[in-house]
Amino acid sequence: MSTKNWPLWEIFVRSKNGLEHRHFGSLHAADAEMALENARDVYTRRNEGVSIWVVESKHITASNPEHNGEMFEPAQDKVYRHPTFYDLPDEIKHM
Amino acid sequence: MSEEQIKNLEEQFEARIARDEKIEPKDWMPEKYRQTHIRQMSQHAHSEIVGMLPEGNWITRAPSLRRKVALLAKVQDEAGHGLYLYSATETLGISRDEMYEQLHTGKAKYSSIFNYPALTWADMGAIGWLVDGAAIINQVPLCNTSFGPYARAMIRVCKEESFHQRQGYEIMLKLCNGTPEQKEMAQDALNRWWWPSLMMLGPTDAESIHTEQSMKWKLKRKSNDDLRQQFIDQTVPQADILGLTIPDPDLKWNEERGCYDFGEIDWDEFWQVVKGHGPMNKERMKARVGAWERGEWVRDAAMAYAEKQGERKAKQVV
Repeated sequence: MSTKNWPLWEIFVRSKNGLEHRHFGSLHAADAEMALENARDVYTRRNEGVSIWVVESKHITASNPEHNGEMFEPAQDKVYRHPTFYDLPDEIKHM
Repeated sequence: MSEEQIKNLEEQFEARIARDEKIEPKDWMPEKYRQTHIRQMSQHAHSEIVGMLPEGNWITRAPSLRRKVALLAKVQDEAGHGLYLYSATETLGISRDEMYEQLHTGKAKYSSIFNYPALTWADMGAIGWLVDGAAIINQVPLCNTSFGPYARAMIRVCKEESFHQRQGYEIMLKLCNGTPEQKEMAQDALNRWWWPSLMMLGPTDAESIHTEQSMKWKLKRKSNDDLRQQFIDQTVPQADILGLTIPDPDLKWNEERGCYDFGEIDWDEFWQVVKGHGPMNKERMKARVGAWERGEWVRDAAMAYAEKQGERKAKQVV
């Protein structure tokens, strides 16, 4: 049994220029370079990407869904952040 | 948490799934949901990995370069599918090593179809056509399952799987249009893979212990018997086009039901294979465990190299 296991990496792929990198999944690799090479073989066997980012999973800080209330509710009662909040006459065009 | 609080959470959880909301890894989930998903998803991953073995065996003996690159790509896809599924399962809090351990010690199962031998080149055709065909029928409904990472992995798997089935059917077609010996080879492969493929869709509904709960969680959308019927109804016409005979004397179109009637499945054989007494169970595990053990020094060396590089970089910064 190995003493140390390969760490987990999160893989982000840009499908084509003009689009953002999107989370595709994860994989194990000894280092960043190997993570990139493995990501190419695991996630882009059919031209799914033009660019890959790899981040070791332990470096990602995630919000806790149990705290979604405090975290996201403050935005819910702020309808004035949306254009439909403002009353304008129908004759106004291009606005 | 009190029992009542848990019950409350469970009710909210079931309601979310009923509304077709997805469950993501960090969301609260009942322990049974977690465990059932770990079991099913890891066994699915193991099946992809062990599923490479019967076909990997034929890569060097493929009859042409065209067949060889296709088979190689198919086996590589299976490795990829196993990896998508392992990493999706890891989001539930089990480590990759624990999963391997469960496979290697026989605690976790994999699809029993891979415990049958691939004896001739025609088996590569029959496996792609029938085994991947049955797998697709099983997997398509899973693209909508409630656990997000599983559903996302399945969407990717299903997209890639259709090439697998088509390449298998093309092999069969070629053999069936070849010499009488080649056609006989194709018939022989169909004879051997037909019944195990039907078994692959799982025990009959009456015997299936997980169905009701799995339906609720959308781990299953159709019962095993319905999936099997679907498989038979779509496969029989494909066999007709090949000019092959399905090895079931009771197979008959039922005008009234609008589908095929078929013969009794030998469930004793199925359970024997599941319990480890199939023709290839020992061989498959030996190959799998052997590959894992022989690769240990490579994994260790890669890790040692990565650590050394890391230390070097740290020193340069200082």
